[in-house]
Amino acid sequence: MDNNLVDVFSLFDGKEEELIPILQKVQNTVGFLSNDSMEEIARFAHVPKSKVYGVATFYAQFRFTPKGEKHIMLCRGTACHVKGAPRIQEEIENHLGIKEGETSKDLKHSMENVACIGACSLAPCIMVNETVEANLTPQKVEKLFLSKGKNK
Amino acid sequence: MVKEKRICLKNLGKINPESIDDYIEAGGYKVLESAVSRHHFEIIDEMLNSSLRGRGGAGFSAGLKEKFTSESCLRCEQKYLICNADEGEPGTFKDRIIMENDPHLLLEGMLIAAYGIGASKAYIYIRGEYYKSIEMVKKAIDSARKRGFIGKNIFGSVFSVDVEIRLGAGSYLCGEELTLLESLEGKRGYPRIKPPFPAEKGLFGFPTLINNVETLATIPTIVGKGSEWYLKLGTAESPGTKIFTISGDVAKPGFFEVELGTTLRELIFDLAGGMKDDKKLKAILLGGAAGTFVDETVLDTPTGFDSLKEKGATLGSGAIMVLGEDKSVLNVTQSILEFFKHESCGKCVPCRVGTDRVARMIKEINNGIYQGESGLDDMIYEAEYMAKTSLCPLGQSLIMPLRSLKRYFNDQF
Ligand SMILES: Cc1cc2nc3c(=O)[nH]c(=O)nc-3n(C[C@H](O)[C@H](O)[C@H](O)COP(=O)(O)O)c2cc1C
Ligand code: SF4
Ligand code: FES
Repeated sequence: MDNNLVDVFSLFDGKEEELIPILQKVQNTVGFLSNDSMEEIARFAHVPKSKVYGVATFYAQFRFTPKGEKHIMLCRGTACHVKGAPRIQEEIENHLGIKEGETSKDLKHSMENVACIGACSLAPCIMVNETVEANLTPQKVEKLFLSKGKNK
Repeated sequence: MVKEKRICLKNLGKINPESIDDYIEAGGYKVLESAVSRHHFEIIDEMLNSSLRGRGGAGFSAGLKEKFTSESCLRCEQKYLICNADEGEPGTFKDRIIMENDPHLLLEGMLIAAYGIGASKAYIYIRGEYYKSIEMVKKAIDSARKRGFIGKNIFGSVFSVDVEIRLGAGSYLCGEELTLLESLEGKRGYPRIKPPFPAEKGLFGFPTLINNVETLATIPTIVGKGSEWYLKLGTAESPGTKIFTISGDVAKPGFFEVELGTTLRELIFDLAGGMKDDKKLKAILLGGAAGTFVDETVLDTPTGFDSLKEKGATLGSGAIMVLGEDKSVLNVTQSILEFFKHESCGKCVPCRVGTDRVARMIKEINNGIYQGESGLDDMIYEAEYMAKTSLCPLGQSLIMPLRSLKRYFNDQF
């Protein structure tokens, strides 16, 4: 078994109720949930693999393909929408050449839509990894993602 | 000009939220210390007398919920307290402000509530994307545990409790209390049917009290200063203070804690600096997606759970989204209805099919290709049967914004 998984499992008792925290920890450590990881998790938590998939596919947070180095979360909340989020999304998609839900071939960027991220007074905003980028304009987006931008 | 009155945010900017010493110096954990030396009925009575109404949106009496949970079974081996910090209602970020700036106040409130109902285990279920909040609450739990405020025999009493953090996994529906329980048990986020209520059969079948962050963060002040002091704040039907989060076309968007009864005009024009670029006000969306649209005729209504209800509006989570004259109410409605469609869990047919149908209708209306006579009436018709037949409050919520559109913005359709 992958050493990463051994480390993660050592933090838990292997009870069914721990399924979501286990999935979260595995995803945080490995980056995504591979079919092999899912199998090991099922064995560890003493539940069928279908149950692990059932839970993991329900929640928007879990991914089954690798994330990019820079993971971009686009807020699709109402406050951001009103302040022009669709335009911002278009700009970012144009800059990076990937669409919402995709990861770039070089694994540099990935992008997904999320619900309101609680920074509505700074709308429109996105999150890049764990940092909120606020009050976005097409110009700002360009700066963020152009060749010298910090998120290129 | 109206001023802020800070209770949940009393320490904001005054203490270092990462320092338990700062919090203790500001009087922190004193209320917990005195609370555990009193009979737990006294704590619940204080909460009942304060008439505090839950700040998670529904406005149910916090004291009553504590009373039910504490009395539902006297010899249970286990009771649970859960802090709902899943904050997902668009436009709402008050819980984040509390957790980032005063996590110990929230913890103290949780511990007092746990003592009140006799819970030996508490969970705090935090929105997964709230990285900073998670970090702050984690640190607060660690340092409180080191001081013995969490753990066995707190302040030398018989009261023992442990606190654990759980992280949300990106489902708006999991903020709904019964769905949150399913998620905590490691299952898909499908709602449960009420009754039984969590006060009788909650987490793992045991009596459980679920409260919002802001509700719990108010408890140390109520129990510390007494319900009589608290009742002087706010209005008779909705006492106390409330944190409002204002976004959209205002000059100074942000969060403001004021006494309930403060009007929307005072909030928007005094505190949030008025309209941005002197635009004209077109609409206000109160309470997020599961909320209501109103126009300027509601500006002078005192805020409160019942006073706003009379106007066909909602206080909800305290989100205030301001739309200027250049914004389209229909466009915002489309965004809301798409949100519901996306977040519907699909367990029951009326909501699974209904949210999709209504989202398609508003899109057609906005694109000018809707075939029916009155798009709004047709959407209300759909939402009404959804309200009657859906399994959980999510499917029952669509009618709220739609009905408010009929009342205030019929001419826009
Ligand atoms: C779809 C849906 C989402 C909800 N999301 C939240 C939430 O994020 N946070 C919250 O405190 N309450 C939320 N609620 C309300 C909870 O079900 C519950 O009423 C609340 O946590 C009770 O706390 P209170 O009594 O302190 O208000 C939501 C309700 C519904 C129907
Ligand atoms: S009303 Fe909607 S969200 Fe609630 S159970 Fe039914 S499908 Fe799921
Ligand atoms: S709507 Fe985007 S942060 Fe709230």
